[in-house]
Amino acid sequence: MSAPSVAKTPKLYLGGAFVRSESGRVYPLGLVNVPRASRKDLREAVRAARAAVPGWSHRTAYTRGQVLYRVAEMLEGRRVEFIAALGGGRASGREVDRTLDALVYYAGLADKLAQLGGSVNAVAGPYFTFTVPEPVGVVALVAPEAPALFGLLTHVAAALSGGNAVVALVSERRPLPGLLAGELLATGDVPQGVVALLSGLRTELVPQIGSHRDIDAVDSAGCPPELRRELERLAADRVKRIVPASADGTSPGHRLALATCELKTIWHPVGV
Amino acid sequence: MAAMTAGVAPPEVALPGPALRSVDGVGAEARAQLFASRSIKRGAKRWALDLIVRCTDLTSLEGADTPGRTATLCAKALRPDPVDPAVPPVAAVCVYPALAEPASRCLRGSPVKVAAVATGFPSGQVPAEVKLAEAAAAARVADEIDMVMDRRAFLCGRYVEVADEIAAVKAAIGGRHLKVILETGELGGYDQVRRASWLAMAAGADFIKTSTGKIQPAATLPVAVVMLEAIRDFAEATGRPVGFKAAGGIRTARQAIGYAVAVNETLGGAWLNPVRFRIGASSLLNDVLMQIAKERSGAYQAPDDFSQT
Repeated sequence: MSAPSVAKTPKLYLGGAFVRSESGRVYPLGLVNVPRASRKDLREAVRAARAAVPGWSHRTAYTRGQVLYRVAEMLEGRRVEFIAALGGGRASGREVDRTLDALVYYAGLADKLAQLGGSVNAVAGPYFTFTVPEPVGVVALVAPEAPALFGLLTHVAAALSGGNAVVALVSERRPLPGLLAGELLATGDVPQGVVALLSGLRTELVPQIGSHRDIDAVDSAGCPPELRRELERLAADRVKRIVPASADGTSPGHRLALATCELKTIWHPVGV
Repeated sequence: MAAMTAGVAPPEVALPGPALRSVDGVGAEARAQLFASRSIKRGAKRWALDLIVRCTDLTSLEGADTPGRTATLCAKALRPDPVDPAVPPVAAVCVYPALAEPASRCLRGSPVKVAAVATGFPSGQVPAEVKLAEAAAAARVADEIDMVMDRRAFLCGRYVEVADEIAAVKAAIGGRHLKVILETGELGGYDQVRRASWLAMAAGADFIKTSTGKIQPAATLPVAVVMLEAIRDFAEATGRPVGFKAAGGIRTARQAIGYAVAVNETLGGAWLNPVRFRIGASSLLNDVLMQIAKERSGAYQAPDDFSQT
């Protein structure tokens, strides 16, 4: 006798809550109706992210690392479910393992980012300067289409480890693992509003990300080539930083975390 | 009831009649819900946003206010959005009496009025002669006086005292525009709100105003609906139109549009102007400016691009 199955209705993860699109729209994907986020959903996500930036960026880097580690714990506990969401099989298992590795990597990186990205600079004068990375603020992420889970969480964790808040567009063709990841973040002590996960059409949302004036940087990892020019043109209005898609797809590394940080240089007199 | 208010009502006002009709609270809340969820888009939205700017009393009531800060506030009142000359100036700047002088210097020759709070704002717990002296002093500089109703007397049931005080302040300020703050959050119910509204209007208020903004709950839409219906009934009974000012806790353009819709649908378009409708706010203005810029440019705006006063 087979267990009765309950079909899951995916929802957006927005402001710490699981909600349908404000527009009520969906796009069909097999038997599932995936929410199709509107520009107003994006606006609400950015508003929540902006409100969450001071709290999150002022936590100690150590605490941010602990939170990311907790997200990894949550993923490990629900390994089987995520493998199924990715389609099952050995490849899915490997993707979950790589995602776990990436989360643990960025958990550990959080309180080492200043050492890797910062420096003490020798200058010709009776003082020196030092440089520290600081989060840009609200990062919009166009997550890679594939791998759906690893691509999303690697880029989210990279931005979070530096102290940013992230509004992410999950994979358009395979949104379910990404939307499910909202449950990891919600139960993994990531404060409300720090991450939003939106599903929807990139042709509709990428230009909105470009023109929204309260987004500080765009991680364009999964931006479709045909939208890139428009994204860059719109982002230029506010001199918004565009993190380009990396040449080798997605690989975790401290440069990805530093890509969403500003480098602040501070003057300091010697011997005082 | 009639005996309590009889002393204050002008003879032509029939009491109790509509004055003390009890309020259907559930109905008021349901109506408020309808007003709040009305969809106002495009041309109508642009018009509404413009109206809200024109009806704003830009307010700063802090202990830390200085003439310098007041001057900044006045500059913002005159030209809310420096990059968009199409945005009109606000209706008035609302400050403590001690800052009315610097405000009036900054606003001289402009259409923007100076409003000063008086009579022991926000609690009103000061001796009667102090209230009158404060109101009279403020009226020497300010165009409009926002007085607080005496809630102590009101809640003790001494309605005549409340009305007499309003009438005395009205006389003391010599023809200046008088707004009476009911502080509805302290009155304890819709019936009381209606009673206080009627009392203030009968005693000579030019405007009735929801709250000081210093206590919670401040302005809420259901309370506004009750006050607006009182204004409508009062205008029907006496022929005198009284203005309405919502203040306290109104932070978003959407909320403010809800109030404008309530005014329009309860009192009609004749009230949709700064002579009869005001919104007292500080942070609201920036949200409205962001919405106007959004309507103009199509892009969502960043709060950092708008001056914080």
